[in-house]
Amino acid sequence: MSRALLLRGAEVVDAAGRRRADVVVADGVVRAVGPDVAGAAPARARVLDASGCVLAPGLVDLHAHLRQPGAEESETVETGGRAAALGGYSAVVAMPNTDPPVDCAAVAREVLALGKRSPVEVAVAGAITVGRAGERLAPMGELAALGVRLFTDDGAGVQDGAVMRRALDYARGLGVTLAQHCEDARLAGQGAMHEGAWSSRLGLPGVPAAAEEAMVARDVALARLTGGRLHFLHLSTAGSVELVRRAKAEGLLVTAEVAPHHLVLTDAACAGYDPTFKVSPPLREDEDLVRLRAGLEDGTIDAIATDHAPHAPEAKDLPFDEAPPGMLGLETALAVALSVLGLERALACLSWRPAAIAGLAPRHGGPVAEGAEANLCVIDPSATWTVDPARLASRSRNTPYAGWTLTGRVRHTIVAGDAVVVDGELVR
Amino acid sequence: MTHLLSIADLGREGIEEVLRVAEAFAEVGSRPVRKVPTLRGRAIATLFFEDSTRTRLSFETAAKRLSADVLSFSAASSSVKKGESVRDTVETIEAMGMDALVVRHASAGVPVQVSRWVKRCKVVNGGDGWHEHPTQALLDCFTVCQARGAIGGLRVLVVGDVRHSRVARSQVLAYSALGASVTLVAPSSLLPPSLEGWPVEVADDLDAALPEADVVSLLRLQAERGSGAFVPSLREYTARYGLTARRAALLAPGALVTHPGPMIRGVEIASDVADLPQALVTRQVANGVAVRMAVLFLLLGGAM
Amino acid sequence: MAERERSHTRGGTFVPRAHVLSAADVQRALIRMAHEVVERNRGLDDVVLVGLQTGGVPLAHRMAEALKDAEHVEVPVGTLDVAFYRDDIGLRPVLPEAVTEIPGDLTGKVVVLVDDVLFTGRTVRAALHALSDFGRARAVQLAVMVDRGHRELPIRPDYVGKNLPTRRAEMVDVSADGVTVGVLG
Repeated sequence: MSRALLLRGAEVVDAAGRRRADVVVADGVVRAVGPDVAGAAPARARVLDASGCVLAPGLVDLHAHLRQPGAEESETVETGGRAAALGGYSAVVAMPNTDPPVDCAAVAREVLALGKRSPVEVAVAGAITVGRAGERLAPMGELAALGVRLFTDDGAGVQDGAVMRRALDYARGLGVTLAQHCEDARLAGQGAMHEGAWSSRLGLPGVPAAAEEAMVARDVALARLTGGRLHFLHLSTAGSVELVRRAKAEGLLVTAEVAPHHLVLTDAACAGYDPTFKVSPPLREDEDLVRLRAGLEDGTIDAIATDHAPHAPEAKDLPFDEAPPGMLGLETALAVALSVLGLERALACLSWRPAAIAGLAPRHGGPVAEGAEANLCVIDPSATWTVDPARLASRSRNTPYAGWTLTGRVRHTIVAGDAVVVDGELVR
Repeated sequence: MTHLLSIADLGREGIEEVLRVAEAFAEVGSRPVRKVPTLRGRAIATLFFEDSTRTRLSFETAAKRLSADVLSFSAASSSVKKGESVRDTVETIEAMGMDALVVRHASAGVPVQVSRWVKRCKVVNGGDGWHEHPTQALLDCFTVCQARGAIGGLRVLVVGDVRHSRVARSQVLAYSALGASVTLVAPSSLLPPSLEGWPVEVADDLDAALPEADVVSLLRLQAERGSGAFVPSLREYTARYGLTARRAALLAPGALVTHPGPMIRGVEIASDVADLPQALVTRQVANGVAVRMAVLFLLLGGAM
Repeated sequence: MAERERSHTRGGTFVPRAHVLSAADVQRALIRMAHEVVERNRGLDDVVLVGLQTGGVPLAHRMAEALKDAEHVEVPVGTLDVAFYRDDIGLRPVLPEAVTEIPGDLTGKVVVLVDDVLFTGRTVRAALHALSDFGRARAVQLAVMVDRGHRELPIRPDYVGKNLPTRRAEMVDVSADGVTVGVLG
């Protein structure tokens, strides 16, 4: 049984609001919350200083590529879990584009079992189609029975509209959500970066914004047709935000996320042909950044999800157009989010809203209240730190923020009542 | 300057310096002994991950005329086939004591990446994807300078598949840096998706543009890169953008025609036009050696 | 030429200290040297003048004028830039100053190299190397307006306008106004 904890001096911020309180944790749950609850702590409770810090529900990542099984040289469920814990996450959703992909119960069970040894809770997303090939539906019922709540062929979108329609119809009955990587493969072609002024100058094939928007528009129509629940992964263009805004206004069951890097980086970052800045969807333009941030502010976009995509150094040492897309995100997402959003909104987008989409609420992301499962994080919002790729817990080094000085750092992370990160260091 | 990766690395003064030094090397090419001891003891490797006989031969001839040792690497007959990465290849070859690497690759940006991987080698871009082919643009400028005395104030048409052309990107930078006005003439599907920041005008009608031109730079239609799909047919392309004998007659007296080669006679240039005296195609090839000597000399021996 | 090259690459400006030869002195010396060339070669058959870029080129042309006045013979004049043959390439910025123009094959000719100042001898060494690429001359002779000493190679001039002892750090400038010794300021 884990040791009881007394978190002292924090400002608690959750969906219920903001207040000064100490928090007592024991037996995996929150025992007491309030200004004078220190007395309620068991005598042997470990005291964690949280003065000057914000105590919030643990963060929840809707979109992490943990690479296991199949690409353990890039990341494992355990190393990805450690990175998540350091990033303030209490739960992550592992993406199914592993090798083999999570398109059957056996692989889902394997990843879930690996997750038990991870410092954070690992939920699994399943594939929509067998082999993520976009043709036959994966056994979604069998996977749902294991607790899978999110299905996606992420890495690619389901290209065939008829297949996507069937999947939405089928998922509706199961009460699960489909998550789409919106990209028309033919329009995207061999594109290696955003199509625009920079790609034209650099002579790199581009992915037009329309490649994403065409599929967002199609899937909005399919959500209307089927009444299915649809989540848009990593939206990257101003046009996509507008399409989702209208779909929500119409009352369709759609949600959307944005990746942190799409809030702070543009295609100009590709000027040096460094494949670290190659990502899918690609880094877009200033105007897209502005509209994505506005989408978060007005609630059109529900969540910030990392799209944490580790790649071993040799994979990123390729020519730009041959290198695989993707960048790390778990350890930097919170600070990046705080650089563009106020604290409460940032936490909503990183914790309770994604927890609801992932079907992990209220165990994760729920209000910090007596009797709640103790999945918490303590953040020092004014601490500054410099990103050193060599010191990341991820097995890979492909962070786009190397050398950046960020503000806002995770101090403690508590998962199911266990302090897994204390004073910015992993425990055990 | 430590590398030649883009025309932008040179700027106006750098380009002018290359052209001036190239003139001295052009004279070397006309001597009974076409070789100078300038880079004796230096070693230059040509790393061609994409085949190109003429550019490779031109660089190797240039290096040999400078008395440098030349190591020739071609991806087709190498460890790359066995799966070795570009980075490992570069590091291995540099370790053999090379002073300069001439890099050609089908992917844009590889010479830029190579310049980050080398410890002390100078890197010369021998053509990368659709990005740039700086020495080709320099030799075009040199050839035009020889014929017209100067570039400033000339009206240059760049005709054809600009979208997929590394030559066009380098030419636009070089000609405009030297004070020429550049007009792109192409089907709009073969223009880059964005021309923001390009110092160019765009025209659609070749017939209307030709009489005003001092220099017409014809680009190759990159059929092997799938450019064919960007126009309805080669026939229609030639009809609208080929330099036919009828169109050649529209050229002002003294106007020049350049082509980076290899030419597809009958598509972008009619056979009888390619042989006209204004067509500088073979002189471009000869000048290519002098310009590449100048670049290698300035990087390895001179003040660059 | 060596002098000039160094002065601009060192980035200083030439500060004159002493005017050593007047324009008329230089002209008289040239005429004397021209006569010595005729005397030494028993006429001007096969003689070719080659001026070293850049300082030697005007002197070579003036010497050709003097030879014409004396012997009524037009001696061919060439120019030579030795930048590509220098032994200090890579040690300091070396750039060609001008284009080389050699009048025809030098095989069997008597080449008189003309330069303004003879100093370390390295420019002349480079010139000898360069000349050999234009044919096998019967003989190569060296004419300089000023020999300022400090040789680093076994090279000596055949015709000298003036022997001028200098300190190493000094500079010698030969121009239309004559010869001036100075320093880099």
